[in-house]
Amino acid sequence: MSASAMHTKEIKACAAAWLERQDRSDWSANDQAELEAWLAASNANLIAYWRVHDAWKRAERLVAVQPAVVPRAPPRRKIWPLLTGIAATLIAVAALGLGARTLVSKPQERTFATPVGGREIVSFADGSRIELNTNTVLRTRMTTEERIVWLDKGEAYFQVKHDDAHPFIVIAGGDRVTDLGTKFFMRRDSGELEVALLEGRVRFGEADARPQAQTTLLAPGDVATASSNAMFVTQQPVKSLANKLSWRRGVLVFDRTPLADAAKEFNRYNRQKLVIADPAAASITIDGTFPTNNVEAFTDVAQHILRLHVEYRGNSILISR
Amino acid sequence: MAEGCETGREGVGPAGMSAPEAMAWFLREVLPLEAILMQYLRHNWRDKSDIEDLLHDVYVRVYEAALKQIPEKTKPFVFTTARNLLISRVRSQQIVPIEAVADLDALGMAIDTPGPDRNLIARDELRRLSDAIDRLPPHCRDVVIMRRIQDLSRGEIAARLGLTEGTVSVYLTEGMYALADLLHSADPRSKP
Repeated sequence: MSASAMHTKEIKACAAAWLERQDRSDWSANDQAELEAWLAASNANLIAYWRVHDAWKRAERLVAVQPAVVPRAPPRRKIWPLLTGIAATLIAVAALGLGARTLVSKPQERTFATPVGGREIVSFADGSRIELNTNTVLRTRMTTEERIVWLDKGEAYFQVKHDDAHPFIVIAGGDRVTDLGTKFFMRRDSGELEVALLEGRVRFGEADARPQAQTTLLAPGDVATASSNAMFVTQQPVKSLANKLSWRRGVLVFDRTPLADAAKEFNRYNRQKLVIADPAAASITIDGTFPTNNVEAFTDVAQHILRLHVEYRGNSILISR
Repeated sequence: MAEGCETGREGVGPAGMSAPEAMAWFLREVLPLEAILMQYLRHNWRDKSDIEDLLHDVYVRVYEAALKQIPEKTKPFVFTTARNLLISRVRSQQIVPIEAVADLDALGMAIDTPGPDRNLIARDELRRLSDAIDRLPPHCRDVVIMRRIQDLSRGEIAARLGLTEGTVSVYLTEGMYALADLLHSADPRSKP
């Protein structure tokens, strides 16, 4: 690499460092003056700064996509009982909407929960991380001896740092996934459990530890679906699995998806429920990427592109021909 | 206080156009050309480790020209500047890369065709943004999401991820740098 190329990288890194500095809460007039001097020093500096600034500013638009998952100024739990009537209800609803993080009484056992439309990332000291999708409840017990996660409901994406001595175990109802070094996601939905593996290996089977318990080893691309009395595994291209994870980016990706299925997906993320009222409409397929919380974008497509009838009725939106 | 960033080199360009105006024009008209400009530079320059630098140099030249006068047609102007830069680099290096600087016409200067319509752009912007965030290195991705999208403070991010605030700042800086590259070089407005 030429000296000039090194120099450009340095300038760009400085521009990013300035922007980062400026984004902190303790940015002062003095800092501002220093930044301005740096910008005035050369047009290369100036351009590097505004270029990185432009990208950072644009990324803010994703905030609209992302429902407020995380409390900005978390309401103090103890003041709730002091509030009465409507005010208390409003605050409670707001707090729910902001993704409650509850500490459960048992030591080292933690509960993480997201509301409808919520999303949360949890990282652990061992380097593993879990992303919770909408309407999900998950408990963890992470100690030096064991690593156990209970997926009580909903969906989560797991990225596990493998450790032979301490297997990472996820229990969902009667099923158990044991990580063997891995990225996978699990979804619990009305009695059914879906486990899809993106990378690595996992062992999937019944939760009880009897030696005769049925288990199977999943490879990347494998999607295991289990109900109370049956389990089957299909293979899907890892790339198409990525669409199932688009919620991590706050969007739903439909690819020739029947309207009925698309509506069902949307309903997981929103309190306002879509109802496809006639079978003719239900089987129409759609393509596209929608923010998970933007039901309106979906009804727009239904109304103006698919020429369907859209009717708002209380908390439901009826779609028909 | 961006540590290690020295101040003080060349002066500022002559003021024919106000600097903020020129910069606004640059961000609006020139930056969206990044992908096609990179493609042009890659195609015409052997040493790929120079591309980032060449790109930045083109930007500086274009911006400085705009300070004197905003060019009437952005795209042809930007590519002519790029070509001239490559020629001057070739000369100063006393090497003649094969194919260097040949392809401007082939690239087209379908350069004057209007871009896709603005509505389409707006609709795709969201997907492009989330794709860019998705492609960040994982350690940066988390802090960028938490800071930019979830609006958590550095302290909160540090607590959640078990990092020091200093490390959060370092990851964030890295993420900002990478996000700018990913986002600008993925702009569909710059597709030929």
